[in-house]
Amino acid sequence: MRNELVTAFRAAAVTLVLTGIAYPLLVTGIAQVAFPAQANGSLINDTTEPSVTMGSALIGQSFSDPAYVNPRPSAAGAGYDAAASSGSNLGPTSKALRDRVAADVARLVAANPNAPGEVPAELVTASGSGLDPHLSPASVAWQIPRIAAARGVAADRVRAVAAEFEQGRALGVLGEPRVNVLLLNLALDRRFGQPHLGASITPK
Amino acid sequence: MTVQGWIQIALFTAAVFALTKPVGAYLYRVLETEERPLPSILGRLERLCLRLCGRTADDEQTWRAYAVSLLLFSIVGIAVTYGIQRLQGVLPLNPQGFGAVPHDLALNTAVSFTTNTNWQAYSGETTMSYLTQMVGLAWHNFVSAAAGLAVAVAVARGLTRRGGPEGGKTIGSFWADLIRSTVYVLLPVSIVVAVVFVAMGVPQTLSAYREVTTVEGAKQVLALGPVATQEAIKMLGTNGGGFFNANSAHPFENPTPVTNLIQMLLIFVLPTGLTWTYGKMARDQRQGWAIFGAMAALFLAGVATCYFAESHANTALAGLGVDQATGNLEGKEVRFGIANTALFATVTTDASCGAVNGMHDSFTPLGGLVPLLNIQLGEVVFGGVGAGLYGMLVFVVLSVFIAGLMVGRTPELLGKKIEAREMKLVTVYMAVFAFFVLVPAAWASAVGYGTSSLANQGPHGLSEILYATSSATGNNGSAFAGLSANTPFWNLLLAVAMFFGRFAMIVPVLAIAGSMVDKKTVAAGPGTFPTNGTLFTVLLIGIIVIVGALTFLPALGLGPILEHYVGAAGKVY
Repeated sequence: MRNELVTAFRAAAVTLVLTGIAYPLLVTGIAQVAFPAQANGSLINDTTEPSVTMGSALIGQSFSDPAYVNPRPSAAGAGYDAAASSGSNLGPTSKALRDRVAADVARLVAANPNAPGEVPAELVTASGSGLDPHLSPASVAWQIPRIAAARGVAADRVRAVAAEFEQGRALGVLGEPRVNVLLLNLALDRRFGQPHLGASITPK
Repeated sequence: MTVQGWIQIALFTAAVFALTKPVGAYLYRVLETEERPLPSILGRLERLCLRLCGRTADDEQTWRAYAVSLLLFSIVGIAVTYGIQRLQGVLPLNPQGFGAVPHDLALNTAVSFTTNTNWQAYSGETTMSYLTQMVGLAWHNFVSAAAGLAVAVAVARGLTRRGGPEGGKTIGSFWADLIRSTVYVLLPVSIVVAVVFVAMGVPQTLSAYREVTTVEGAKQVLALGPVATQEAIKMLGTNGGGFFNANSAHPFENPTPVTNLIQMLLIFVLPTGLTWTYGKMARDQRQGWAIFGAMAALFLAGVATCYFAESHANTALAGLGVDQATGNLEGKEVRFGIANTALFATVTTDASCGAVNGMHDSFTPLGGLVPLLNIQLGEVVFGGVGAGLYGMLVFVVLSVFIAGLMVGRTPELLGKKIEAREMKLVTVYMAVFAFFVLVPAAWASAVGYGTSSLANQGPHGLSEILYATSSATGNNGSAFAGLSANTPFWNLLLAVAMFFGRFAMIVPVLAIAGSMVDKKTVAAGPGTFPTNGTLFTVLLIGIIVIVGALTFLPALGLGPILEHYVGAAGKVY
């Protein structure tokens, strides 16, 4: 028994060094040399001021200005808190969920008077991570009349930019068609200029 | 449901099937032969590790010695990980300056990772330092999976070794099985997969979290870390403990549909391969395929039900003017959609993985019933690394026994008689699981310090409790995560459930192996019930479903099934 206990300690030490220290350090080394951009979070820098980092291409961020595509509701911290990922975990018979969605629907309908059809479910449901960087093309299209009006450009011009950012299924099969909201909004700014932020932003 | 959704599910199933034989053959080569791959690299590493452990590869152990080694190793593992969490504030690689993890949470987490559960009462990005994640947690992702593989192979040896000079009373060496599983299987695959994950966008850095200024001018802090290395072994070892709170729903853990497919394949690859390894050890591949068939049937039934349920609208949103044509999207990521989330949920609970790419708590009642029931059936649908095979072999023994009762013959499996001792051990195995799921659930439902953690009321509240105790005892680790499980009561209750759900089930299984290895093999006669055909597969499925249903249907009736009907009637709580 005592022998076994000694072996247990030694085996723990050996495997800990091998898998808990050597393995992650080796892969960190490879990753930092071979794929530094991805390994450090796929960061996006401001095109005009390259020293300013504006976010990560993989992580959603809050947009509430009518001139931007607005993302899904987020349960991560106070909303898109990338240091506190979370879903809402509200179940299908939750009154809190029903009340939250009812409020979001009222807000969205008021802000999007010319939107086609009912509110897409995506725009009133929180994602699993609270950091979902994407929307489906349909959920982007639903917001385009509002964005075009806010930017004072024709809706078709906005649609053309959005279409460029539509990402299909991987290998034609995997996943769902989607649009990266942050990348599209940056492109809208490049194409049509930055909107005047501030007054129009209503804190959530 | 969409055609594209079904194509993705079919594609995944085909890939799992295609990998079964090559992976099974590789595991056999590593664990049961002397012709192991890459002797000049991996062989050297294996011998070095064993020498540092003070062992040689050939000291065979009886089941008792095997169990003692496993238990001692696991208890040391719990102590080390508990200590690292308590000391993380003064240890290096803590760029966010996290302090010591509280006692009850540290104990819960240490037991959780040692038992291959990876139940997470904490939120990774706000609690654990990089060192704790790497050394305290990812280390267990390797060794708890290696221990599971070891036990599965030891049990298969017990059933398949023949008496006489070859076998005797021993079922292998725990230390050799542990080291070989780590060195030849888990480590090389993890290195390759981790690098691939980084290439696809998963971070791998030791630098601190990054603060950025968003387009609208707000501050956003991006949690980073050595994520890819954790992610690879988290899936391959069916551990499931996420680096971040949102687990594989987090875009840094699982950025694309391709990483998602790889993650799901990693969960199933070793458990499915083991069915082939078992067939090889039994010198009859059809023994392995019969088990594979039962598992595959239960898997397909589960994923079809879950996908069907999740493609329906969320009843809480009915009548609010929301277009829910796609299905229930609360808690799901756009890039995965309904099909990949339902598939992931089924896979992660068929196996004892517990990683999630969407929030099970927000599933429709019947969609959430599938992962819960998968856990309660014993996670034998491919199952955890090792745990799936040895759990399934217990059901095989039970099925053979019931078949024997039906025809009035002494039951036998692979030419060895199943007798009273084995059946008592099977009963212990089943009873331990039912006890630690249902009794803690009943306790927690009846007291204020249990129910005060609930995020949802009504039948869904009971589902949250039932899911927690099932997940802990089943060593799964996924959750109806609305339950605030980081309280002293829940941390301790679930730590106990996880500990007994692992070791009070492994010990009887090893005891069965120990008593079977010693038995004389008799030739099959006309009264022998063949365990390698379709009839046996059907019987095995029946036994699994009946045992699970008899044990858990009353509780499920008060949870998800009741919620389905009240939800359809438009009620909210």
